[in-house]
Amino acid sequence: MDEGKRPHLSAERVSKKPGNLRKFLYAMAYIAPAAIIIIVFRVVPIIAAFGVSFFYVMMGKIVGFSGFAQYGMLLSDSEFWLSLLNTTYFVIATVPLSLFLSLIIAVLLNQKIRALGFYRTIYFLPVVTSLVAVAIVWKWIYHPRLGLLNSFMGSLGLDHMMWLEEPQGVFSMLAASVGIAWPKWLGGPSLALVAIIITNLWRGIGYNIIIFLAGLQNIPAEYYEAAKIDGAGRVQTFWKITWPLISPTTFYVVIMTTIVSFQVFTLVYLMTGSPVGGPLGTTKVLVYYIFEKGFESGGDMGYASCVALVLFIIVLSLTLFQRKVIEKRVHYS
Amino acid sequence: MRYLRRIPIHVIIVIGAISMVLPFVWMLSTSFKSPQATFIPPNFFELRPTWIPDEVILTNYVEAWREVPFPRYFMNTLFMAACIVLGVLMTSALAAYAFAKFDFPGRETIFIFFLSMMIVPQAVYLVPSFIILSKLGWVDTYMALIVPWLAQIFSIFLLRQQFRTIPDDYYDAALIDGCSRLGFLWRVLVPLSKPTLITIGLFALLGSWNSFIWPLIMTNSDKLRPIQVGLSYFAQEQGTEYGLMMAAATFCITPVIIIYFIAQKQVIESYAKSGIKG
Repeated sequence: MDEGKRPHLSAERVSKKPGNLRKFLYAMAYIAPAAIIIIVFRVVPIIAAFGVSFFYVMMGKIVGFSGFAQYGMLLSDSEFWLSLLNTTYFVIATVPLSLFLSLIIAVLLNQKIRALGFYRTIYFLPVVTSLVAVAIVWKWIYHPRLGLLNSFMGSLGLDHMMWLEEPQGVFSMLAASVGIAWPKWLGGPSLALVAIIITNLWRGIGYNIIIFLAGLQNIPAEYYEAAKIDGAGRVQTFWKITWPLISPTTFYVVIMTTIVSFQVFTLVYLMTGSPVGGPLGTTKVLVYYIFEKGFESGGDMGYASCVALVLFIIVLSLTLFQRKVIEKRVHYS
Repeated sequence: MRYLRRIPIHVIIVIGAISMVLPFVWMLSTSFKSPQATFIPPNFFELRPTWIPDEVILTNYVEAWREVPFPRYFMNTLFMAACIVLGVLMTSALAAYAFAKFDFPGRETIFIFFLSMMIVPQAVYLVPSFIILSKLGWVDTYMALIVPWLAQIFSIFLLRQQFRTIPDDYYDAALIDGCSRLGFLWRVLVPLSKPTLITIGLFALLGSWNSFIWPLIMTNSDKLRPIQVGLSYFAQEQGTEYGLMMAAATFCITPVIIIYFIAQKQVIESYAKSGIKG
């Protein structure tokens, strides 16, 4: 290029001549396309959600100022508490089961298994499959009379179940099957909700396996060789070497699975109904409740935002908790 | 002996893999069954007629494809996905470049502010986004499906990480040699960052192909429906036509599955890397 330009350009960079404002505007030219979209469709809506939660809204129109009154209403809203309870069931069942299953599979796959790539591909397959297709296929699998699952249960000599149509709590059902009297409030998640939990596990486990495999492959092979020389068994090796060294990954998996599980919606929306959230509201989850309030029944967007912000606070505190713990861990690694 | 000890490992892995695959097999097998055949209660351990129908029919595919405008849904989704992939690559490359290489006041603050937006659940901004789109007059248009997704914070984040691994010396040297700033992005950063760009493109592609909640809320006319929304309405309308439903589900996931099998290494590595960094 033009030789004469060289000294000028380099001098400009070294002396950092251009003023701060100019630099800022220059950078903005590059950032603007992304920034405008993020601001209009992310930042503004988030601020608006806070704002609108302080107003009464009917059919999408603001009809009055509520202050914190709507948040107060949440406290006595049994449907809200039911959705929170169902969501909590969902999270509490999903997180440990997903962790357990994916860690076992990842550890086993990490043992120099032949055709590792093949298995990895298979386990990950549901992750790239759309939730809509997953919901449709699993609803068919759970069909009480024609479904594959009941046929499998029947072959094992177990009773057919109603799966997605069963409002009874699974603990009550277990207790009843062995003839114990069981308090109703301890019934646990309905079988319908458990069915959705199973589908969700099936869909998501591949992701966690991949994350764990990546973590496991970072553990130096020498550690395992040393353990072998010292005569450590497989179980001992797992608890003494794998588990402590994989713990940052485990922590990431637990937090991410928790955050994502709190936001479950599509499976419930497509697999239950009608009405959605059935039978008897036992699969109604927080995000569906937000959707129902905000869009389906009367467009009560103020109240929907209140519920959404409760969800946000839960997710936010989990994220902050994760940050705290990770900061502590950085010190050791 | 060593081999025998490993048998339990294989058994668990194989049982797991079978449970991953069976729902897909069941979907396929149902999609080839006549309505009468789907009404025979299955027998899990019998190959025929549970898994392999006595009479394999293709009419479910033909009917499902014709009954609702699935070709239209496919075109809508392809159009939407193509715009979003291209848009995201462009906006992310430009923004990530500025955040990685330019020196300007407020750089970190702005970046962290954007990043923090990722924590907010979609349920929070769904309602107000709908209001904003309706104020813009975009509800039920392609604009509503495409424009809000043309910039993705996570992609900017991934790409900025990548750009930062390329030494600043290259940048200084290129500028001294008279390369323009945009030229440096295009001629140096982009060619050196292909794997990350592929990751971003794949995420954008899979995300738009599988997107459901957003188009469900932001559109209502049949003409604009992307594939997943079309599939969900189709399944709701079928009632007990399980063969048709499974045929529709099959052709709606096939494109993604084909891409996945072709690029499975890139797809899996993309998820693995972004997971650990994120």
